Amino acid sequence: MLKMTPALETDDVTCVFQVSQGFMKGIKPLRAVNGVSLKIPKGQVVGLVGESGCGKSTLANILLGLQKPTTGDVRYNGESAASFNRKDVARRIQPIFQDPYSSLNPTKTIASIVSLPLRIHQTCAPEEIDGKVHDILDLVGLPRRVAQSYPSQLSGGQRQRVAIARALIMKPEVVICDEPTSALDVSVQSQILNLLQDLKAELGLTYLLISHNLAVVEHMADRVAVMYLGRIVEEADSETLFADPRHPYTKALLDSVLTPDPRLGVPDTHLGAVFPNPIDPPSGCSFHPRCVSCMDICSRTAPKQDVDGPHMTECHLFGAEVKTPEPAI
Amino acid sequence: MSGDLILDVQNLKVDIPVSAGMLHPVRGISFSVKRGETLCIVGESGCGKSLTSLSLMGLLPKTAIRTADRLDFLGQDIRNLREREMAALRGVNMSMIFQEPMTSLNPAYTIGNQLEEVYLRHIERDRRKARDRAIFLLEKVGISSAASRLGQYPHQLSGGLRQRVMIAMALMCGPDLIIADEPTTALDVTIQAQILHLLAELQREFDMGLILITHDLGIVARVADKVQVMYAGKTVEEGPCEAVFDRPLHPYTSGLLKCIPVPGKTQRGAPLGSVPGIVPNLVGDLQGCMFRNRCEFAMAGCATLGDEPTRMDDGHAYTCLRPPEMALEPAE
Repeated sequence: MLKMTPALETDDVTCVFQVSQGFMKGIKPLRAVNGVSLKIPKGQVVGLVGESGCGKSTLANILLGLQKPTTGDVRYNGESAASFNRKDVARRIQPIFQDPYSSLNPTKTIASIVSLPLRIHQTCAPEEIDGKVHDILDLVGLPRRVAQSYPSQLSGGQRQRVAIARALIMKPEVVICDEPTSALDVSVQSQILNLLQDLKAELGLTYLLISHNLAVVEHMADRVAVMYLGRIVEEADSETLFADPRHPYTKALLDSVLTPDPRLGVPDTHLGAVFPNPIDPPSGCSFHPRCVSCMDICSRTAPKQDVDGPHMTECHLFGAEVKTPEPAI
Repeated sequence: MSGDLILDVQNLKVDIPVSAGMLHPVRGISFSVKRGETLCIVGESGCGKSLTSLSLMGLLPKTAIRTADRLDFLGQDIRNLREREMAALRGVNMSMIFQEPMTSLNPAYTIGNQLEEVYLRHIERDRRKARDRAIFLLEKVGISSAASRLGQYPHQLSGGLRQRVMIAMALMCGPDLIIADEPTTALDVTIQAQILHLLAELQREFDMGLILITHDLGIVARVADKVQVMYAGKTVEEGPCEAVFDRPLHPYTSGLLKCIPVPGKTQRGAPLGSVPGIVPNLVGDLQGCMFRNRCEFAMAGCATLGDEPTRMDDGHAYTCLRPPEMALEPAE
């Protein structure tokens, strides 16, 4: 495992935006991504979970080459991103976005939307394009006649299939799915998830699955990383993470999953109402104001990564500073 | 008093004339809500659940036609109320929480302004009392330093806080019934759990009826007393929450339940269940069970199936030809 080069890897990536505080109030840095090292091994599904504003979409943009990291490096198959231009990156990595209503151009036909990558990269002769479009529509389970339709004529599920077809037509190595099903109905969500699973097996794809729905991530992912305020606070194999969550934030996220069990009530996550302002993050561990097992040290020093085999946690409960972890309440 | 009937709806229909003919988004649904009770209406987009709630509030588009055999709210027939009389009920006795708190709050007015307006409009024109009530309710919904929040604008609040403000606004006049239309869909899972927790707590405290409209079966299972599953403008299954989830009798309900990945129950990587096909077009003359084109158990009689549901002893009812003892068996 360790010897194999990951399909996609970030090495201590940081992304800082300079945010204006308002007229005559100066500029402050916002650390959207703060030292993230993430490996996405070939042929695996890595899940990335966290609340809105935690930096997961910024990280996705960095991986897609749409946003330059302030410091740190992104490596594709072990080669630094600096040696690639935009087109090379786009050939290897493709996105599927959350909202199929706004990510498809309403004035273009489906055939035109799906074939755009082929025309830009000019990898095949113009007369082959129609055939390729039909092949990919078959692959994602759309009837060929939709090629001449416009996005407004399709349902949400069909549009998301079009977005998947567009992402896959260049045969990329990695697909970054940013909340691929959160805008869809449950029955459509299960169809899209099944399709993503089938395509992965058929084409040997690698996925980064970004979602705040932990049930979906648990179902799809081999490995899961939990992100909070620009940091990955816990990372482990799916089985380990869901069986033995360590970070109090991961526990709170898991508690918030509403499984259809009528015997359970609505959980009380004890998280408090306010997500901290990323421009002015809390001192020490950035999670401490919302944490149920907060200790004195948490507000003073930031925790270090505690690596226990494949299970990484960034919390004082598991760091070297505290030998005997207090049980979480 | 807890247990009093607040809302009684029989055979509610909504028809909207469109260029292709008459659209029937809601085709005769019946339900009732008691004080302190939570009714969940669940279904996918286009099943008519939002129009049902708008028709209760009298907020349908002008072209839409609402008919009902009975529409009693607090013992009063509200079918033929004039707009002014309806406006007096709205906000005071029944209020609504919408899905998207950013679009339902006015960006040009402060939170305080918008909260106080409800009170000043409906209860009495006393700014100080209105302000006190606003602060009291903002604290109730878990917003710290409530007094200073009154001067803030909606864009200064996060999505979770805005939804809390919407809930506070719905409570300003002490309503008897709250209709929440997808109140947590735009929010993070952690915030969703908090908001649902809060709604349940406030409902108990103020002894209100709650109609929660959602597509998320996970939410329904956790908060509902009664469940109503809608498909194509009709109720296909209804009953007490536990009965419906333990023993779904309609193929649509059991199909939906199989679509949801459940940590610890569904096998990772194994295909999820699915309900193939798409929702039918509801224009024109409609007959029989509208789910028959997507149903794995469809038979000849489905095309002429009537409205009368099969009723079980525990209040559980469903509209399908399959007898209840067969409902849990898989297709041949």
